[in-house]
Amino acid sequence: MIRDITIGQYYPAESRIHRLDPRVKIVCTLLFLVSLFIQNSLPGYVIATIYLGCVIRLSKVPLKYILKGLKPVVILLLFTVVMNLFLTDGGEILVQFGIFTITENGLRTSVFMAVRLMYLVAGSSIMTFTTSPNGLTDGMEKLLHPLNRFNVPVHEVAMMMSIALRFIPILLEETDKIMKAQQARGADFESGNIIQRAKAMVPILVPLFVSAFRRANDLAMAMEARCYHGGDGRTKMKPLHYHGRDRAAYFITLIYLVIMFVVGRFLPFKLWIF
Amino acid sequence: MSIALEHVSYVYSPGTAYEKHALRDVSFEIPQGQFVGIIGHTGSGKSTLIQHLNGLVRATSGRVLYDGQNIYEDGYNMRELRTRVGLVFQYPEYQLFEVDVISDVCFGPKNQGLPQDECEKRAREALEHVGFPEKYYKQSPFELSGGQKRRVAIAGVLAMRPKVLILDEPTAGLDPKGRDEILDQISELHRKTGMTVILVSHSMEDVARYVERLIVMNHGEKMLDGTPREVFRHYKELEKVGLAAPQVTYVMHDLQARGFDVSPDATTIREAAEEILGSFRRSGKI
Repeated sequence: MIRDITIGQYYPAESRIHRLDPRVKIVCTLLFLVSLFIQNSLPGYVIATIYLGCVIRLSKVPLKYILKGLKPVVILLLFTVVMNLFLTDGGEILVQFGIFTITENGLRTSVFMAVRLMYLVAGSSIMTFTTSPNGLTDGMEKLLHPLNRFNVPVHEVAMMMSIALRFIPILLEETDKIMKAQQARGADFESGNIIQRAKAMVPILVPLFVSAFRRANDLAMAMEARCYHGGDGRTKMKPLHYHGRDRAAYFITLIYLVIMFVVGRFLPFKLWIF
Repeated sequence: MSIALEHVSYVYSPGTAYEKHALRDVSFEIPQGQFVGIIGHTGSGKSTLIQHLNGLVRATSGRVLYDGQNIYEDGYNMRELRTRVGLVFQYPEYQLFEVDVISDVCFGPKNQGLPQDECEKRAREALEHVGFPEKYYKQSPFELSGGQKRRVAIAGVLAMRPKVLILDEPTAGLDPKGRDEILDQISELHRKTGMTVILVSHSMEDVARYVERLIVMNHGEKMLDGTPREVFRHYKELEKVGLAAPQVTYVMHDLQARGFDVSPDATTIREAAEEILGSFRRSGKI
């Protein structure tokens, strides 16, 4: 079912990670993503695994849930692995089969790329699992606030983002409903060739677009009725403040980043088969 | 041609923080031709319940039998079932998509694989049933008023000539006139064609006037099941779960409590009036 897509969803729970300031989570997620790319060795990945594992553990989000979030990227993952496996040159040739050759470097790159991609998705989904969409955009707005001076409409962008995020579950639910309604009229989305299937989407897409426009219109009206006029002079009900735990999280992540940097720069030793 | 639920339970998102028991051990049987009302307040599981009847939602446990056959059996033709058990969703006008009214109503029959002229014949017949004026047949469904859109959407299901018609809050958001018209047409249809009609609603007044049997849902469980008379006798329990009996039921109970010789079982205004007049006649006052 369409509802089962977990990527980008909020998972309500009471945990240390949930309580962190959204800004911390955004920055630390970015740092984590950076850390994956500044090194490329087994010890580095072990450290990244430990860091990610601890965060997942602390967040109280079930591992099953995070793995489910990886599902949509499986195809991309396979594609990357296959491409890297066959197209990377260098190192000892492990297998040769016609025009296909698998080299030591190829195997190494493809495995690391796969791990990187998975960690990338898992790392960012931990952020969305533990931060409510509103928290995320609040954090984003505050982080990007300095750009206001360069005439970047930070508040407007943040508002658009939070509305877009807010609409994802609504539109998913709507799609689900429309699909069921058309199925109740005998529509069939599963069989037929690709053209028939594309055609079968029309009865879903037309009502979906109509309803998206209707909802957007209603929302705009409701916002205007409550005198929304952009970010100038607008205050927050829950302003963001850093606490001790936020500073601690920054500190830990920085240490982690430094370790990864050191490992990546000064320990590029090849271990065993890798 | 009965439709039956046997110990049906349904759990949303099992094993996650969103886990929710929408239905718990619900069983009932609806014989062909019955006019049934399903009542319950928001979140009582009534919408989930009716989606089991045409196989859109698969029960976590339990069986659904249509015509004595288990619909979860391997190789059971679900599409066939869905044309037999027509389901009109809440706010069905949001499912319209075609360029004109008649082609939208044709969507169902076309999916059944019927030839074009037969589709059109059924579409016209269905639109007639819901009292949709012929001069708008070629108009875009998006330009119609809310009430007319709703008629087109209901016709879209009727055009498949289902044996069972399920309507989820067919009158939500309509004005009193539109509401009465649609309910009258459905009742008329039930009388003429003998199809089973299942009407889902949270309005006791609406339902009491038309149905011969009422199923009351509360927190995913079947709470009461019987004729409106029987069900409204439990008006105190209904109140406890946030539902109310029709206004006349209260009036009749009050009258009885104040010593009038009336039976409090009336569920419609007409019945109540007759009961009160009868009481006066009995006491010789008129």
